[in-house]
Amino acid sequence: MNEFSDAPDSARRTVLKAAVAGGLAGLGLGSFPFPAFADADAKDFPADAFKQKSEADALKALYGKSAEASDKVNLDAPEIAENGAVVPIAITSTLPGVTGIAVLVLENPFTLAAAYKIPEGTQAQVASRLKMAKTSKVVAVVESGGKLYSATKEVKVTVGGCGG
Amino acid sequence: MLRKVLLVAALVAATAQPLLAAGDVDPQADFKAFRKYFTERFPKVPLNDFVNGPYSMDEGLRKQWQAKEEFPPYDFALDKGKELFAKPFKNGKTYADCFPDKGIGIRQLYPMFDEKSGEVITLDVAINKCREANGEAALDYLKDDMASLTAYMAFTSRGKPFDIKIPNDPRALAAYKKGEEYFYTRRGQFNVSCASCHVQNPGNHIRTEVLAPALGIMNALPIYRSEWGGMGSTSRRLTTCNSQVRGVPLPAEAEEYRDVEYFLSYMANGLPISGPGARP
Amino acid sequence: MASTIRVRAVAGADTTEVQSLIQHPMDSGFVKDAKGELIPPHHIEVVQFEHGGKTVFTALWGPAVSKDPYLKFGFKGGKKGDDLKVSWVDNKGASDTLTAKIQ
Repeated sequence: MNEFSDAPDSARRTVLKAAVAGGLAGLGLGSFPFPAFADADAKDFPADAFKQKSEADALKALYGKSAEASDKVNLDAPEIAENGAVVPIAITSTLPGVTGIAVLVLENPFTLAAAYKIPEGTQAQVASRLKMAKTSKVVAVVESGGKLYSATKEVKVTVGGCGG
Repeated sequence: MLRKVLLVAALVAATAQPLLAAGDVDPQADFKAFRKYFTERFPKVPLNDFVNGPYSMDEGLRKQWQAKEEFPPYDFALDKGKELFAKPFKNGKTYADCFPDKGIGIRQLYPMFDEKSGEVITLDVAINKCREANGEAALDYLKDDMASLTAYMAFTSRGKPFDIKIPNDPRALAAYKKGEEYFYTRRGQFNVSCASCHVQNPGNHIRTEVLAPALGIMNALPIYRSEWGGMGSTSRRLTTCNSQVRGVPLPAEAEEYRDVEYFLSYMANGLPISGPGARP
Repeated sequence: MASTIRVRAVAGADTTEVQSLIQHPMDSGFVKDAKGELIPPHHIEVVQFEHGGKTVFTALWGPAVSKDPYLKFGFKGGKKGDDLKVSWVDNKGASDTLTAKIQ
């Protein structure tokens, strides 16, 4: 797929680990220092995380941790998708200090669908439209206070969104 | 024996194409009966909501549709349509020169019966007639440009009630009647008619789809389908319907299609244009 | 060429709500064309929103995001007339940028 070198990702993870070890909590991808005036930069893309095939592996690659269920994460998704190619998903959370949100579709070829960086001052809320290959659990993950919290909902798909 | 056969054959031939007197066809009575059927079968659906097809029939689908309508996926096709509409022909004229009211907010008047040619003219056909009159090649009825252009024109009519006229002309009445017959005639390997799905089973599932009611079914055209990942013209929808019942689709804008569009649009008189519509 | 980015940013009492629609095929890499060959993946990878010199939202997208992708989020601050800059880059290195005014 894309050929972005692994070096920036592992360098980033080293910085993260050092920061956590140094007692700094709440560090998510959102706090990685990148120039304030830059346009969208392909180097920010965590290619490895988007290649994973399980929730655990995707979250490990993305955040370096795993998630625990929480009722403070709200996932709004249809029970039966009208069409698997365009499934509207909305995620909100009442958790404090949210730094990241991720959405996973467990039965998709690659589990991680999207990840969002939430800087300070931005709401813990995102709505987007996803492709689902077939009936699957959808998992919303919220990063808050350095930990991951999730909510899961099964969405039935009758007409697959990957062209099938 | 042969004489009898010939006689019967002659009788059959004579009755096969009856000359319709104005008194035989009563669109107004049909209109009342059609409307009564749907409003009685679905008493909880507000009249104007029928134009939203499956979304008037299923709450779960409706919520997803409303979420997507906040910033509709057909936004880009609409812009393309607006561009195409404004672009002058090689001779300097534009679509505005062919249509009443400069072509803005007039979609609800189509199809119209053209007394000169004795044919039903749909919006798409009117667009191509305009192009040909101005030295331009016709647009393919099944392709994107026609879909985008008619999407834009439908959009300028959003909310306006269908205003289809059937003049007291035997040819117009015949076209209306033929459209009605097409609608109720079984076809294809599945041997179903338009009515089998859209009159007998609206709100029910056909495989994975929820069927739209025939009342107001023209109001949302052209439609952006998630399945197509794009905007498709009225002709695309009608030809696809034929293929889906394993029938042979007619050429786009064939007389039968124009007649059935005439019939169905007349049945929706008074209901608001909701096009371009988004559908699964 | 017209921008691929549509944005509607509306300033509220203390938060600005942003909705965007971006024109992009978002090919997943799992769909076959008419000849039966796989259409290679072609999707946006990063979308960034900036206000007042600060990044207010970043989206990291994989092939499972729908065609002509939509996004809605909100951030504190932002007044009517402020600039909101949106930019994206895809897996083929293509990009686009748009600066819109907050309503």
